[in-house]
Amino acid sequence: MSLQTTDRRLTQTQAIIEAIRLEMRRDPSVVLIGEDVAGGAGRPDKPEPEGWFAARGRGLIAEFGDQRIIDTPIAEMGFVGAAVGAAMTGLRPIVDLSFIDLIGVCYDQIVNQAAKMHYMMGGQIDVPMVLRTTYGARPGATSYGGGAGAQHSQTMYSVLAHIPGLKVVAPSGPSNAKGLLISAIRDGGPVVYLENRFLGMSARENVREEAFETEIGKAQIARPGSDVTIATIGRMTRVALEAAERLVQEGIDAEVVDVLTLAPLDEDAIVESVSRTGSLVVVDEDTPTASMARDIAARAADKAFDYLEAPIKTVTAPESPVPFSAALEKLYVPNADAVIAAVHNQRGI
Amino acid sequence: MTTAADRIEAPSLEKLRFMYERMVLIREFEERLKRLVDTGLPIGAAHYYSGEEAVAAGVCAALEEGDWITSTHRGHGHGIAKGIDVKPMMAEVFGKATGTNRGKGGSMHITDVRVGMLGVNPIVGAGAPHAVGAGLSAKLLGTGAVTASFFGDGAASIGAVHEALNLAAIWSLPVVFVCENNGYAQSTPVEYALAGPGIAARAAGYGIPGQVVDGQDAVAMWQAARRAIGRARAGEGPSLIEARTYRYHGHSTSDNPLRYRTADEQELAQSRDCIVRMRAHLLKSEALTAAELDSIEADARARIDEAVEFAEQGPLPEPWEITTDVYVTRTKGDAL
Repeated sequence: MSLQTTDRRLTQTQAIIEAIRLEMRRDPSVVLIGEDVAGGAGRPDKPEPEGWFAARGRGLIAEFGDQRIIDTPIAEMGFVGAAVGAAMTGLRPIVDLSFIDLIGVCYDQIVNQAAKMHYMMGGQIDVPMVLRTTYGARPGATSYGGGAGAQHSQTMYSVLAHIPGLKVVAPSGPSNAKGLLISAIRDGGPVVYLENRFLGMSARENVREEAFETEIGKAQIARPGSDVTIATIGRMTRVALEAAERLVQEGIDAEVVDVLTLAPLDEDAIVESVSRTGSLVVVDEDTPTASMARDIAARAADKAFDYLEAPIKTVTAPESPVPFSAALEKLYVPNADAVIAAVHNQRGI
Repeated sequence: MTTAADRIEAPSLEKLRFMYERMVLIREFEERLKRLVDTGLPIGAAHYYSGEEAVAAGVCAALEEGDWITSTHRGHGHGIAKGIDVKPMMAEVFGKATGTNRGKGGSMHITDVRVGMLGVNPIVGAGAPHAVGAGLSAKLLGTGAVTASFFGDGAASIGAVHEALNLAAIWSLPVVFVCENNGYAQSTPVEYALAGPGIAARAAGYGIPGQVVDGQDAVAMWQAARRAIGRARAGEGPSLIEARTYRYHGHSTSDNPLRYRTADEQELAQSRDCIVRMRAHLLKSEALTAAELDSIEADARARIDEAVEFAEQGPLPEPWEITTDVYVTRTKGDAL
């Protein structure tokens, strides 16, 4: 081994920036568009971006310059739409919608334009773009996304997964964050790339240095087990893993299936796991009505009913907007206790 | 200082012929389609362009191969002017597998990317940001392409258009915004819907040229578009052209325009018909003879005859096509 080993324990945000850097080096048509992606940087007196927004792309402006790291005014409908038009005409934009809560401002361009263009044009136009955005409440965090209130803390990805034509992916940590983003950039159509706000800086993981793809549309078994399947999305995978470790002490061996892709969902992987474990708990930090949690539960009820030995349980946020007070916000996001309680409830413990 | 692009030019005989041919072909397409719909052809929603032909023909005559357009719900004219074959266009309106979009789009989504047409788009104003994106592609990839973005007076009130104007201006993109002010957003008159001195005047707010043009005069449209396109191609940024025009029929296949505008107003507008005026101009200037003009008109009728026949005889999409092309399955490099 070389003496000059590099520390490859990266945060998710570092892994994401690395994925963008590698793809931008490989393919000159890849550009990054969004508010403060350059942080006003690029000027001689201001070489690095500044602030929370800019930290999501730190270092990119210095390498790629302002022709490819494109700051925008606050105009989500305009710049997301511009990314759609750019994708139709030869660029492969990564468009940064800093908060999923802003989806309402630009929903038409995602839902009616990006998602449907290929289909309604009879396959003649491709829209190879990535919509990168963040979701989730962050109880206890001190910057955006923690104590940020009802309009900057939402999860709400089901409103995107619902739309045919959009692929929607949610990494659960630095490694698959890198692989999924590289796959998303290389995909021929629009991919929504969801970053949990808690995960950005909190988790570190060894991440392979070279470019690699994590296949879109494939779930992964994050922890093999034989007694109960816990299907998870994004950071909830980590919450479920913590719960699984504690359940071992009770003699319950949980399998954690990290769905990774919300649409198209890897239904087969969930059914296959349930066929071995006989029960399913779904953990989703979104609100429950018309949610991914209930969609996964319904699919399992439809396709895996014969294997089920107990009722399917879902663990979600409550049916409410995200509250501000830290005292309430910490109760809002599902935690390991809630997952364990669901497993107990399912087993009549 | 007067630059070459500022001088008022006269279009060549070739351009005059192009504009006349495209205008009569659009009119023939729309009037034939309207007759079919009025006698029972079930095609869903369609928005006829009759009356506004000079705008699309003038602008597209000034564009070059490799340039792009974005369109509106009233987009048949834009498609024909930019060069989409009327046979698959008509087949698309009929919902046939031989249509431009394989029957998956219909009148409100007709597209042919091969001729630089980025799609009829019935979400009002939504095409304007796409034009910004096409401008960004042209600038970053160095293609030299200019994008003309058509939108209506109704879209002049939506945020997408204003955001697009601002983005194109700050990035100095090669985009020409063409507002077709036909006086009505569905049935809402423009006088009610617009604050301030008008649509073209709004260009000043973005620091770009804005100009009102007689949209019933194809030559005037060509001249205005040529200046704006020349400016865009030279890297001097976007422009806004407000074409004053009129639609002869209702907003769509479903409304009676006499419920919200007068017969006198309609007659006055039709007395300034763009095709009649251009025919008179071409005869007076001896650019084309009556026989040549008659031949162009007969040719348009024959082409629409063929288009209708092609549409009628084309196969319907197969049931399995419901779920094709939801996702892109080819990889980069395989695109059309």
